[in-house]
Amino acid sequence: MKELVVISGKGGTGKTSLLAAFASLANRKALCDADVDAADLHLIMDPRIKERYDFESGHEAVINSDMCTQCGLCRELCRWNAISEDFIVDPIACEGCGVCYYFCPEKAIDFPLKTCGEWYLSETRFGPMAHARLGIAEENSGKLVSLIRKEGKKLAEKESLDLLLTDGPPGIGCPVIASLGGATATLIVAEPTVSGRHDMERVVELAAFFKVPAMVCINKYDLNPDMGQAIEAFARERNVTVMGRIPFDPVFTKAMVQGKTIFEFDDRSEGSKAVKVIWENLVKGLETSTCREQS
Amino acid sequence: MEKIAVSCEEPSLDSPVDPRFGRAAGFLIVDPDTLEFSYVDNGASQAMSQGAGIQAAETVCRSGAKVVLTGYVGPKAFQALFAAGIKIGQNLEKMTVRQAIDKFNAGEVDMATAPNRMGHGA
Amino acid sequence: MIISIASGKGGTGKTTVATNMAVSLGGDVQLLDCDVEEPNAHLFIHPVINEVKTITTPVPEVDMEKCNLCGKCGEICQFKAIVVIGKTVLPFPEMCHSCGGCMEVCPEKAITETGRELGVIERGSRNGLEFVHGKLRVGEAMSPPLIRKVREYARPDVLTIIDAPPGTSCPVIASMKGADFVLLVTEPTPFGLNDLKLAVGAVKILGIPCGLIINRSDMGDDKVKIYAEKENLPILMEIPFDRKIAEAYSRGEMIVEVMPEWKEKFLKLYQQIEEMSFHKNH
Repeated sequence: MKELVVISGKGGTGKTSLLAAFASLANRKALCDADVDAADLHLIMDPRIKERYDFESGHEAVINSDMCTQCGLCRELCRWNAISEDFIVDPIACEGCGVCYYFCPEKAIDFPLKTCGEWYLSETRFGPMAHARLGIAEENSGKLVSLIRKEGKKLAEKESLDLLLTDGPPGIGCPVIASLGGATATLIVAEPTVSGRHDMERVVELAAFFKVPAMVCINKYDLNPDMGQAIEAFARERNVTVMGRIPFDPVFTKAMVQGKTIFEFDDRSEGSKAVKVIWENLVKGLETSTCREQS
Repeated sequence: MEKIAVSCEEPSLDSPVDPRFGRAAGFLIVDPDTLEFSYVDNGASQAMSQGAGIQAAETVCRSGAKVVLTGYVGPKAFQALFAAGIKIGQNLEKMTVRQAIDKFNAGEVDMATAPNRMGHGA
Repeated sequence: MIISIASGKGGTGKTTVATNMAVSLGGDVQLLDCDVEEPNAHLFIHPVINEVKTITTPVPEVDMEKCNLCGKCGEICQFKAIVVIGKTVLPFPEMCHSCGGCMEVCPEKAITETGRELGVIERGSRNGLEFVHGKLRVGEAMSPPLIRKVREYARPDVLTIIDAPPGTSCPVIASMKGADFVLLVTEPTPFGLNDLKLAVGAVKILGIPCGLIINRSDMGDDKVKIYAEKENLPILMEIPFDRKIAEAYSRGEMIVEVMPEWKEKFLKLYQQIEEMSFHKNH
């Protein structure tokens, strides 16, 4: 079983629309939405949730005011300024390090496990899907990403599917690192803008840092063909395979508004034709020896 | 003889080797000469979303084993096992614990000097 | 006053709004780019950088001469960032959250702190506009500590505009907490609306007044407007899709540079925000 993770560095370059389009084209695959912070894939996949679980991760300090003598040791030790002058823990500032809980001489601090989201195993018209929802303002998105990818792989293995298509988050931090680890390959969706180029360069560096084979495609190519070419040249220099170009096409927005993939909406649009070519290249790319098998 | 920890799916010599080290169901701690074994559960690490490999390395270290046979070991667990002076044989999935031990006894297992894949990050 | 510009969904135009507003207002303004994973504002502001600082976070270092292998450091650590294994102590600096617990708990005072590089902060200016951004080191997982360092540059005597990262989790919270106003930039699509709702949820948890900007306002549907009305969120600006704006953006040019008439609109936007936060505070 292979896993393709779609990332971008910069947000809003079209990761999710593209992944949904691939879901229309790929045979025997499972889906995984690893953008747990602002998950959108379900808006097109319309999943029927079959199993629902709480995501418990990390702890949070709670001061029991009946036992607290206000000695101030916790405030002194807390590096997050999470404890107020009247000894109440700000749950948003609390890092969950447990230092106050460990040292409180009165044992007045509890350290319960936190529920910081939910995750789901679902069925969609394109196959099984693992997805999640991180609680608003919660931490540990990287852990939830690792978990949901693991569940996605299990779904694929259970039905002996060949491929897991994973929608990754933007950026280069914790959740992105968690979505790249151990992937067969990653497709970077770039856009031909100064920001798109800057962000793509950083995410290429990230993939190299974690030794995940990277491929790139450029969305809205015609907005700035010179920039598009510069991005492709950079990619080749870094051994990142260029998979193709997608023109700016309102079909992506129109399909999204109707909750459809671009192929379901209009499979003869310019966007659809371009994505089909990219998909064919990806299938070949995933077969080449540089891409590793999942175990 | 030094004891060997083999990642396994169930507590038996005929269990398949669990390909994952950190998230293995458990470890058989085997005497390679007599094939006497004990079983340590790794359930607690399995449930962890982070640091599972390090925890599993601690478990193996506590068992007294000096060699680990498994599918793959992530970089952090590798570092931990290495620091504890435990030798690591990898790529032994798709066989039983007994077959892995036989292979080890026959001197056919290369002891790794580097992890064979990255972990799942932060 | 601090205005934080956030969105939930990426690529909706946070940086466009932040840079155009900052440049339109001119003096006594600072722009802090807190999207440290992928900072972009400098590509439009073109600041002259005159200060570069490497930012680190404290992580443990163990003196094995003093260590008695008691294991307390591994016990207190919630992040598996330090373990006692065999006859040694192994810190995993990249997993450390810098809480200092291991150092505090060590009975032999064998643990001291060294630094793990988070990234750099660069500071500069353009025509009187003060500019600061953080750049997360590639491979570093934790962005909130670097974001908090960037925010330390905020000065109370001027207007601080913060360009926040996308999403709704810890890095976004670190970029919005303590702001006087949050400007949410969205687009009128199902993805835009879904992520807007999450962002509004985060702003509500923090209890900060907020308003909306709808970018590419003529592409998509009217569901964002219906939602805004229902939630009583003021729509402070609409930016229609204009290929000229998109192409200028692709070259690193701001709207106010290619269409100077927009400067008035960004000034008016700021006045509206000022009035709204004034009413809130008085």
